[in-house]
Amino acid sequence: MNNLPFALENGLTKDEYVSIVKKLNREPNANEIGVIAAMWSEHCSYKSSKFYLKKLPTKGKHVIQGPGENAGIIDIGDNQCAVFKIESHNHPSFIEPYQGAATGVGGILRDVFTMGARPIALMNSLRFGNPKLKITKKLINGVVSGIAGYGNCMGIPTVGGEVYFDKSYNGNPLVNAFALGITTKDKIFLGRADGPGNPVYYLGAKTGKDGVKGAIMASDVFENEEELDKPTVQIGDPFKEKLLLEACLELFQNKGIIGIQDMGAAGLTSSASEMAFRSDNGIMLNLDKVPKRDSSINAYEMLLSESQERMLLVMKEKSSSKINKIFKKWHLDSTEIGEVIKEKNFIVNFKGKTVVNIPVSILTEDCPVYKRPVKSPKAIKLKDGKALKLKFSNKKLASLFKKIIKDENICSRRWVYEQFDYMVGTNTITEPGSDSAVIRIKNTKKALALTTNCNSGYCKLNPKKGSNIAVAECTRNIIASGAKPLAITNCLNFGNPEKKEIMWQFAKAIDGISEAVLEFNTPVISGNVSLYNENKSDSINPTPVISMVGLIKDIKNKRDQFYKNNNDSILLIGKIKNDYGSSIVSKYVKELKNKYKEPTINLKEHSKINNFIMKINEKYKIQSIHDISEGGLAVSMLESCFNRNSLKGAMIDLNCLNLQNILQIFSETQGCYQISCKKEIAKKILGESKKNKIYAKEIGYVTENYFSIKDYFNVKIQDIHKLWSKSFPR
Amino acid sequence: MRKNKFAVLNFPGSNCEKDCHFVIEHILKQDCKYIWHEETDINNVDCIIIPGGFSYGDYLRTGSIAAQSKIAKSLKKYSRQGGTIIGICNGFQILTELKLLPGTLLRNRSLNFICKEVNLVVNNKSRFTSKYNHNQVVKVPIAHAEGNYFASSTIQKELIKNNQIIFSYCDKDGNINNSSNPNGSLNGIAGITNKEGNVLGMMPHPERVSEKVFGNIDGLGVFESILDFHKN
Repeated sequence: MNNLPFALENGLTKDEYVSIVKKLNREPNANEIGVIAAMWSEHCSYKSSKFYLKKLPTKGKHVIQGPGENAGIIDIGDNQCAVFKIESHNHPSFIEPYQGAATGVGGILRDVFTMGARPIALMNSLRFGNPKLKITKKLINGVVSGIAGYGNCMGIPTVGGEVYFDKSYNGNPLVNAFALGITTKDKIFLGRADGPGNPVYYLGAKTGKDGVKGAIMASDVFENEEELDKPTVQIGDPFKEKLLLEACLELFQNKGIIGIQDMGAAGLTSSASEMAFRSDNGIMLNLDKVPKRDSSINAYEMLLSESQERMLLVMKEKSSSKINKIFKKWHLDSTEIGEVIKEKNFIVNFKGKTVVNIPVSILTEDCPVYKRPVKSPKAIKLKDGKALKLKFSNKKLASLFKKIIKDENICSRRWVYEQFDYMVGTNTITEPGSDSAVIRIKNTKKALALTTNCNSGYCKLNPKKGSNIAVAECTRNIIASGAKPLAITNCLNFGNPEKKEIMWQFAKAIDGISEAVLEFNTPVISGNVSLYNENKSDSINPTPVISMVGLIKDIKNKRDQFYKNNNDSILLIGKIKNDYGSSIVSKYVKELKNKYKEPTINLKEHSKINNFIMKINEKYKIQSIHDISEGGLAVSMLESCFNRNSLKGAMIDLNCLNLQNILQIFSETQGCYQISCKKEIAKKILGESKKNKIYAKEIGYVTENYFSIKDYFNVKIQDIHKLWSKSFPR
Repeated sequence: MRKNKFAVLNFPGSNCEKDCHFVIEHILKQDCKYIWHEETDINNVDCIIIPGGFSYGDYLRTGSIAAQSKIAKSLKKYSRQGGTIIGICNGFQILTELKLLPGTLLRNRSLNFICKEVNLVVNNKSRFTSKYNHNQVVKVPIAHAEGNYFASSTIQKELIKNNQIIFSYCDKDGNINNSSNPNGSLNGIAGITNKEGNVLGMMPHPERVSEKVFGNIDGLGVFESILDFHKN
């Protein structure tokens, strides 16, 4: 066991090392240790999560490619398909916010275009700690400009996302990046290495020493700032990636492509071994031929470098001249560096020596899978809100409303999305700031709606219900934009899986997501897991981020959340209950703080309401649809007033709702929408709701200048808009 | 009727070339081809569009490397002969680097990239804006990090004297002031022509608001004006 210390240094455990020696029947050399350790890292192997991930529903009539490839694919009709995935770049973004976030965007884009799709939209899900801390401001600025720097230069619009603040993210922000592309069914490329004897090509940027061991670092817990390991963060070059994108799409017009995969985490090692594994072959690489940024780079570094903007390609026959012509045009390297072999080994030669020779299986299917122990945390007794009786003076209520509007998790995100080019590509027909972003598909009547959500406060209270809610909120956002929900991708951000309570959260979240996606028929087609998200004192809230894609068959049915015409009726659809657990209002009313359960959710009921909204939207000319989520009905209606073309007001009368408590205007009950439409149409919708046994009430109408809740308060819309616009903690 | 021939230049890193192409072919219903930066023959086109993007990654200085590319010489010749050139966003930056337009574009006052719709007041006395009313206020988006126009006071005087300022940032009533200026541009300048009037550079993106589906077609007038000019 001479090499055990080096194995430990590379992040392997003693048990793991012993099992490797047993499998190989010898001790691995240093290069082999590096390669195995990277592939056995949590980041690459999913060793703690795999057991549970298998439970996620991944099948559906419209699913063309589920999890296991670089990204998932769904059918969107007319021979077209949408390719999408979300991925985390949490740890790098904490170490070096700009580059960490930028390369997160770069990585997810490559995952999408390696499948043959031109990326047409980006989103992101960002979570930061206490907004008052100096470091939080530094992180926000770095992360936002990193995403902007990469996405804008690539010319792919960043059309949506979410920014959330919670102290559990102190010292461990979350940066999850989502990308979506479009291709046709006959132009899908997979990460395969079929056909022994076929040549393997290296495409793109040269290999340097950056990001070596990045996959291993991704699973570190940072104890203090001095420990931060900057050289493990990759450096992004969006210009190079733009060239790589165009070169690859040009290459894809050619025949004879067997498979292609981007070099992401664990770079050359993971792309080569995964491609060989999927085709049940082996692969041989010659490192002498790898384009190098620096001649001093050794085999270990080359195999583990995470230099960005690189791809590995397998062709049916030698095609150097064809490939070189395209890549030369785009100023990129392209070199034959190896071949597919029959023997199922990963063989690497360098300077006349074989430096790695191990079975492909040891890097792929034989990675350990842990069924880590779970334990539910001590139950805390939480109340439901039914019995809540609180009296509020109107003055106090109005001031509470203002506090909520200013809250860091409610106020306008314009400062963030204005730094993203959300229009390039001229497809964005609903801009950031409405329920979903909507992207039209040129030369068709179709459009796609995209959204991303997770309320980790709910997940902390109840990971299963919280995960139900994350999926459910996505469906509401998608439906509110006039689309039908199709599928999801998820990014599961959790703490240390070696702690039983964390693993319990993870298992419950998987149950919650599964239950919800089955109910809504939105299978999981791709995803990513990020564990060990902790700081010195605690783990992050369980944060299963869900991104959903929906289809609008005819863009005439597209909707947004904004009120449009004076005197249009406002209807509430779905019954508001007393849901205060981890709500925004509970932050400001001490009687509510930490005493209540997560919001109630009944998936069957929710689904029924969803279907009703989709039905009436196709049948009637509805002016606006907006769901009710954080901040409740009051915040939802106010957000609808913030029409960018001209601010609207609302005159609301809640008497018909028979509220037992006025605080219910801030209750975060799941499965509710509020819509606006002409009075005649409102009547018809109310009629239909009765027939379908759906709770619906007319609660007011659209006005100008004032947001008024009759008998309670009246605020000038311009003042409150200003308050909302200017409160983002940057 | 003879179709007009437009051409969109394509540099490594251009990223609005398809957007411009789409408007010309699908909305304006005219011919449009792409010209790769290594080509040198650019005759037989009525109008050249230099699109937005990050040519050569914006390395060194925005537009500076593109201005050294093979096509630069032909562009200068085309301009001398009175050919119509419109540079949008990075295209404007390239035109200033080529010295086909005076002045330069600095980093935005906020130091951030800004993407948003802004109001512009239009000077309609140009081949690019004849379809607008004089002093009409239009809404067109900007998306740039370096759009802060700057020029010496001599150039400034020239621009005014020769009626070269075509678009200026303004409020919704057409007033040019500090609060309606998104990036710190001198006198709110958003777009200028050369003295001869055949070359326009503008930071806002008219191609992004040229279709009804966006609920705003304020940008289409730019392309229609060019078309109108070449019809006569």
